[in-house]
Amino acid sequence: MADFFDMGGYAAFVWAAYGLSAVALVGLALSSRKQLKKSAEDVEAARARRKGGS
Amino acid sequence: MAGLKTRKKQRLVVVSVALTSLVGATLLILFALGGDSLSLFLQPSDVKERQVEAGQHFRLGGLVETGSFSRLDDGLTFRFTVTDCLANQPVEFTGLLPDLFREGQGVVTEGELNADGVFVASTVLAKHDENYRPPGTMPKSEGQCSHPDDQAAAAAYSEG
Amino acid sequence: MHRFANPAQFNRLADAILPWAIGAMVLLFAAGLYTAFFASPPDYQQGESVRVMYIHAPAAWMAMFIYMVMAVASFTALVWRHPLALLAGRATAPLGAMFTALALLTGMLWGKPMWGTYWVWDGRLTSVLILFFLYLGYMALWQSVEDEEKAGRAASILALVGVVNIPIIKFSVDWWSTLHQPASVIRLDGPTIDGSMLLPLLLMAAAYQAYFIVVFLWRMKLEINRRKLAVARQAMMHAPVGAE
Repeated sequence: MADFFDMGGYAAFVWAAYGLSAVALVGLALSSRKQLKKSAEDVEAARARRKGGS
Repeated sequence: MAGLKTRKKQRLVVVSVALTSLVGATLLILFALGGDSLSLFLQPSDVKERQVEAGQHFRLGGLVETGSFSRLDDGLTFRFTVTDCLANQPVEFTGLLPDLFREGQGVVTEGELNADGVFVASTVLAKHDENYRPPGTMPKSEGQCSHPDDQAAAAAYSEG
Repeated sequence: MHRFANPAQFNRLADAILPWAIGAMVLLFAAGLYTAFFASPPDYQQGESVRVMYIHAPAAWMAMFIYMVMAVASFTALVWRHPLALLAGRATAPLGAMFTALALLTGMLWGKPMWGTYWVWDGRLTSVLILFFLYLGYMALWQSVEDEEKAGRAASILALVGVVNIPIIKFSVDWWSTLHQPASVIRLDGPTIDGSMLLPLLLMAAAYQAYFIVVFLWRMKLEINRRKLAVARQAMMHAPVGAE
């Protein structure tokens, strides 16, 4: 197990590369999802406002 | 309706022509510049051909010749020969070698020639080839300068 | 009216694709990571550090692939003024920028132990850095010009001009002497990677591709909503009372 994490002495480089990639991929996916939700709510609100207003 | 269609067709032509000429022009410029100014290093035969003067700083790249590697008595200075299968260039380097430094593999070194014609390197970087395989198996391209690809390349070089 | 017909159709299509794409993405990442770490050998030269390749090369492929998607979208937007094409370009840019940054960063982390340096100004590394700046420039143009139509046109032109960089990236390792290794997978005489290492590489590439589809569809829907809001806001400004 320790061997696995040691990555033949390249642990710092291998895990940093995978860690960075994971953070970036998950980060962009979550932020896209969150923005999408927010925008859908805004569209709903605008529609409701227009219906209520006229 | 017809007017709209022609306008779209016109836009298509204009954008396409602009794009192709741009790509063509850029590629032409790159080729006109020649490989040289954009190349990272000189190979031993380039060094010989151009008669690079001692003291001039440049990068030297090629394969570390098999059997040429030795460590001097001080334990810190290494000597090896860089070859491109056409010419050889002795190199001296004091410092830490990268993990991938091997005989028969590529290197890129930076430094200058001394009065004896030895390339004194201040940095040595290892260049990896395109082979990836498990330990214990050997790629076909082992045995430098005897590999058909290398011979073909050398032949093409001397012809050109 | 026809302006809205297409986006609605697109949304329906996206909603139909998304669950499958998400499922495929999860499975491919699981299989890719498993083979990358547990079912593949260390390299005969590079040892365990070769495992960086399984995320480095796919990120670099995505960086170029996404740029081509963005360029085709920009071309369509410029020539046929298709409103969805403009939005597609906008939706791809952050994904492309991220994959380019990852290709550069993972490459640096692989280069340090293997080559002996994080960075060298050779043809390959420099042209990929330019690709990153092209993505940033595209996004910046969208931000900096107030009028959306003008901003979109300027950004699309930049995207098309930058296409010339793609063949330069691909062939930089053949045209000029460089520190970067030549192509291992896409080459005329077949891959030079052992099958046991090619499998995790291709699985990770497929996982990245699935990830792109998922996040791209989310961002497309996001852009469509944004566009709707902008139109609604404009309508409100021009005819505030009893417009409908």
